Amino acid sequence: MRTISLRRALPLIIVLVFLAVLPLGANGYILGVLTTAFYFAVFAMSWDLLFGYAGEVNFGPTFLIGLGAYGAGMANALLHAPVPLAILIGAIVAVAGGVALAIPALRLSGPYLGLITLVAVLLLQQAIVIFAGVTGGEIGLSVPDVLSIDSGPNYEYALAFMIISGLVLSIIARSSLGMILQAAGQDKIAAAALGFNATRHKIMAFAISALFSGLAGALLVFYLGTASVSAVVDVSIGVRVIIAAVLGGRRTIIGGAIGAIFLIVAGELLRPIGQLSTFVVALIALIVIVILPDGLLGLLPSRRGA
Amino acid sequence: MPQPILVVDRLHKRFGGLIAVKSLDFALHSGEILGLIGPNGSGKSTVMQMIMGVVKPTSGAILLNGSDIAGKPIFEIARAGIGIVFQHSRPLRLQTVLENILLGLLPDRIDRLRPPPGAIDRARAIAAECGLAAVLDRMPATLPFADLRRMELAKAIARDPQVVLIDEPFAGLTRGEVDDFAALITRFRDQGRAVMLVDHNVKSIASLADRVLALYLGEKIAEGAPGAVMRDETVRRVYLGGGIETHERPEADIAARKVLLDVRGISLFYGKAQALDDVSLTIHEGEFVSVVGLNGAGKTSLFNAISGLVPFRGAIAWNGAVRGRESAAAIARAGIVQCPETRELFGAMSVADNLALAGQRLPDQERAERLAWLFGLFPILKARGEQHARTLSGGEQQMLAIARSLMLKPRLLILDEPTLGLAPVILGQLSEALTRLRETTDITVLLGEQNVTFALPHADRVYVLEHARMVWQGSPARFAEEAGAGYL
Repeated sequence: MRTISLRRALPLIIVLVFLAVLPLGANGYILGVLTTAFYFAVFAMSWDLLFGYAGEVNFGPTFLIGLGAYGAGMANALLHAPVPLAILIGAIVAVAGGVALAIPALRLSGPYLGLITLVAVLLLQQAIVIFAGVTGGEIGLSVPDVLSIDSGPNYEYALAFMIISGLVLSIIARSSLGMILQAAGQDKIAAAALGFNATRHKIMAFAISALFSGLAGALLVFYLGTASVSAVVDVSIGVRVIIAAVLGGRRTIIGGAIGAIFLIVAGELLRPIGQLSTFVVALIALIVIVILPDGLLGLLPSRRGA
Repeated sequence: MPQPILVVDRLHKRFGGLIAVKSLDFALHSGEILGLIGPNGSGKSTVMQMIMGVVKPTSGAILLNGSDIAGKPIFEIARAGIGIVFQHSRPLRLQTVLENILLGLLPDRIDRLRPPPGAIDRARAIAAECGLAAVLDRMPATLPFADLRRMELAKAIARDPQVVLIDEPFAGLTRGEVDDFAALITRFRDQGRAVMLVDHNVKSIASLADRVLALYLGEKIAEGAPGAVMRDETVRRVYLGGGIETHERPEADIAARKVLLDVRGISLFYGKAQALDDVSLTIHEGEFVSVVGLNGAGKTSLFNAISGLVPFRGAIAWNGAVRGRESAAAIARAGIVQCPETRELFGAMSVADNLALAGQRLPDQERAERLAWLFGLFPILKARGEQHARTLSGGEQQMLAIARSLMLKPRLLILDEPTLGLAPVILGQLSEALTRLRETTDITVLLGEQNVTFALPHADRVYVLEHARMVWQGSPARFAEEAGAGYL
């Protein structure tokens, strides 16, 4: 609803243009790290729509991501679906999972819903291990096709996908729908008393979040060439998605992208210190969250007092 | 008289074994302000929540323009033409005042990204009507409390409801703001809406309401013009109690004693809402003082300030010295022990453990003696020794809460609404215990109550707290004639 003024968007545009021309100068390693970071950014932004706006505590973002990833991977590996069709199938599976997850969400709230979403991840993980014949089990599922074998195009696909996702999610968040979601997220009864069928809006939020999570999961599979539990389903991946969104700034959408890129890049920069890197990144995230409850974006003066 | 717009017909609500609303009938007409009053637990909030659909009735009908809306989802009732102003609300934090009002004008569609044409102009017009024209582009967090309440009124009428329900319309407002709000609510009525105000007492809405309906224990006890309801015998008995016996000790005797606690003009704010306004109170050693006031008058806030649980402006002197910045724990150790309204027992611990925990700072022998004395005061607690605190009845829990406070050997015991939600027979037992404390110990007690019948017999002096201010103080004997009428 509030229009984004050009002056405020300018730094963002400069950063995006810089990222777009980066393949001209950067090596494959840097591009590879950023490609993963961009998919992570979409995970975090999708999560922010559901939690930051609709107020639904989803501790299992990897349930939706994993459904998209494995849906697409299996469609490609088993049904020999071409990549675009496989991605579409992955997205549809994720949206179906999102709507299914919305059903308990309408009955439970807060920590209880959080627990259900966490259990959903564990169930998915178990299902993948049990049906190892078709899912690849703990080893992972290799997909015959990839987006590209070159780091440059892979990078540009991921960047374009992140920008489009961020734009669409931001527009939704600032739209009439986004306002109703926020109202229902804060106080379901008060929102209903204004005449809104909060249930329907929340299901919609789950579906949108699942769509982008699923798409990102599917694309990531065709970038990595495999779908594996450790890359797209494990609970620790979900925790990192949540940390990224909170770190960047809740209820901002774009904060999720900033947090995700920060987390992944910081993790890579600290790789020389070995196992300690995870610890240090987690510590930095913890400190930022404690000192800046509004996340990194809370540092911007324009958001203060809001 | 024209057809009523809202008819409540034999409305009944049962929560488990408790009957909250008993076969209630009433009607509401367009262009009328109806006040629904009743003390805590009378069922008035339940009635309002049933009309809005927040709580589903057990039986009965709610007819809006002739069609039954009872038990329908909230959003359908809202769309059928009922709007509500909740007492506590959470505005959209990242949106301006204008956008918050606009929210009320959005269609219930999941496929719309922009507000319908004309909605923004309409939101501006509503804002202007509610006195918000100057703050349209401000964020809610920067607004004074009264403006936040205005914004809630604006949201509630955005959909142009035929019936507007307002819960405690004047809570937290200053006197000047109350007048502004009354004018605004009158305007809603003059636009042809039916308005229902829900409040604890007649007084605050008497000048505004065309008609008042008084509830007690889920039943209608009086209905009519505000003045008539205030004079009604049953209403007076419910609020003031029947023939109250008072047992105050001679005033001269009390005044000669040392001042134990001296509260000097304290004020307290919760964010923007003022809970205490220049409140003073003096308690002498060994004195029993009652602070009476309706729900929301500020009793608990006053007690929390005395116990050091909330920051306040002004000074409190304890035992002759003005207090500095002692922690709540230090204040409790110095002898001020509060037994809170919510009891705050350790539910998963046994009765004996709850008491032992409170007495852990006492030497073994003294603890045993004190425990024996407490069991004399509340014999039932001895029988319940091994039972988990949360499995006790309400009355037993209250006794345990008081006993636990006494275990701390307070010099000043603060009892906040000990009678809340208790049956009359329990009140008798509590009353006996208080009488024994008063006759056999030198303890000082500060009792907060909305139940005057319970508060007066145990008081040497009475204060009346109303709308964040002390409005009266005197002996219990003079209360009925001087303050009783004003209390309603």
